[in-house]
Amino acid sequence: MSPIVEIENLTKHYWRGDQIVPVLTNINLVIREGDFLALMGPSGSGKSTLLNLIAGLDRPTSGVLRVSGINIAELPESSLTDWRAAHVGFIFQFYNLMPVLTAFENVELPLLLTGLSKRERREHVNLVLQLVGLADRMDHYPSQLSGGQQQRVAIARALVIDPALIVADEPTGDLDRASAEDVLDLMERLNVDLGKTIVMVTHDQRAAGKAHSIRHLDKGILTDDPGAVA
Amino acid sequence: MLLFLRLMLRNLLRHKLRTGLTTLGIIIAIVAFVLLRTVVDAWYAGAEATSAHRLITRNAISLTFPLPISYANRIRQIDGITGLSYSNWFGGVYIDERNFFPQFAIEPKSYLELYPELVLSESEEAAFLKDRKGAIAGRKLAQEYGWKIGDVIPLRGTIYAGNWSFVLRGIYRGAEKKTDETLFLFHWDNLNETLKKTDPARAERVGVFVLRIDRADRAAELSEAVDRLFENSLAETLTETEEAFQLGFVAMTEAILIAIKIVSFVVIAIIMAVMANTMAMSARERRREYATLKAVGFGPRYLLTLILGESLALSIGSGVLGIVAAFPAAGFLASKFGTLFPVFEISPHTIELGLLASCLIGLAAAVFPAWRVITLPVGEGLRSIG
Repeated sequence: MSPIVEIENLTKHYWRGDQIVPVLTNINLVIREGDFLALMGPSGSGKSTLLNLIAGLDRPTSGVLRVSGINIAELPESSLTDWRAAHVGFIFQFYNLMPVLTAFENVELPLLLTGLSKRERREHVNLVLQLVGLADRMDHYPSQLSGGQQQRVAIARALVIDPALIVADEPTGDLDRASAEDVLDLMERLNVDLGKTIVMVTHDQRAAGKAHSIRHLDKGILTDDPGAVA
Repeated sequence: MLLFLRLMLRNLLRHKLRTGLTTLGIIIAIVAFVLLRTVVDAWYAGAEATSAHRLITRNAISLTFPLPISYANRIRQIDGITGLSYSNWFGGVYIDERNFFPQFAIEPKSYLELYPELVLSESEEAAFLKDRKGAIAGRKLAQEYGWKIGDVIPLRGTIYAGNWSFVLRGIYRGAEKKTDETLFLFHWDNLNETLKKTDPARAERVGVFVLRIDRADRAAELSEAVDRLFENSLAETLTETEEAFQLGFVAMTEAILIAIKIVSFVVIAIIMAVMANTMAMSARERRREYATLKAVGFGPRYLLTLILGESLALSIGSGVLGIVAAFPAAGFLASKFGTLFPVFEISPHTIELGLLASCLIGLAAAVFPAWRVITLPVGEGLRSIG
């Protein structure tokens, strides 16, 4: 499989007053198409920052960050926003659904940025809601759904644009064990059946167990063998 | 983009109590703004109702000093003066000092010719012209005191001492909304004949001459011509357009008007701050949602539309309700003001100003939250506690 994410000598730091606060140091990582990678590490290790960089939500201080061959670090802000809309699906710990929209409407939201007609959008949304097993709940608002169901709606929202890459930040962090298992099974199906590349940040060993590979971060440094390609 | 519009409108109704209270605040502010502006308009109503074809000639020293009636014939000789009438401010008291309304002794035939906006039926006009003791009153004034034709109206003189009584021969209506319908007009001859007997030194005098001119663009030239006639006389004149004459009265109370105007804008500024606070609170609570929208690819244009749209929908919707509510409020106030303001109507210009103020409230309230959301780093927004 060809690489979808290529990271070379990537560094990220913040400024706090006059002080530099290093968050990621000299990261080198390759993620191949169809991979399911878990990023693990203690709080503050920089794993969410790395995930945000891969997803184009943040910019590195230095280094190369190519996704599908595009150096996204060099894209202007508006192009980066458009790129995210077309290539990245997001799954968040707290689902981040719009509480005033139904499950159907939440899933439809990213499609507003595409040129699809209303009928086409409806077909796409129905398809992914069936895929996550929530076709019968499409008219429910998030407050009328359980945590596990809300996360499945979020997964459907991530999936509806048919992204090359899905990034998940602690997707089971707010779920009970059974719901977490359902969500992880669903993510595994997305990876195995649909061939989606997934990068997941997690603290949960069971969640990480679903991934093909696990990389550990500590104090902004990938601690695994640098030669071990994910 | 119907879904985006739905998101905007549903966001608006998320906190019903907050939205309801903000709406109520804007309604009250707009009602207050519209009423205050209407008071200002009412103040200027006299000037608004003037004609560009009328000039007023008064004593150059002060309005309180009269002019000899003999000036009339000399003024009539000036080329361009096509009509002349005259009047005296009477200033009588009807039963009680609180019952104030303007009373003028007029030369009836010429006066009604010069003021065609005072509309009388033919029979009432004929009855008024025929009866030297007769008087006419505006529709609003007659309504205020329940007068009917044939009623005897007693006035206690203040400038012209004695008890006076007039028979109401007609009730005029204004040809236009802005026409003053609170005037009480009676025969100048009645006043003059009485003065000849009781106070001869004050007889044969008028307060002002009203002149009709052939062309409005000759107002300055003809005013000068009139005043030149009486230069170096015992009673020099000051002639000006009817509008300038009326604005002279408004100028006497200009400080009050400025204060009212300032208060009307302060009301808007206060509600702007309240609304801005509401929008800022909403945006702060939804930081994570906005960050999510940014993450999935919605750019600044969408977020600006979302926040600005919500703010404008709230402010304009409430503003329209405020303007609608201002009409019965203005009607109520007009009934309470009685004849204090001859015209107390919400003008189209005031409605425009009310709508403009509503738009400005919405725009101003959205600027800061929108800027905060647009510049919010996505990662930071996603970490926000909703």
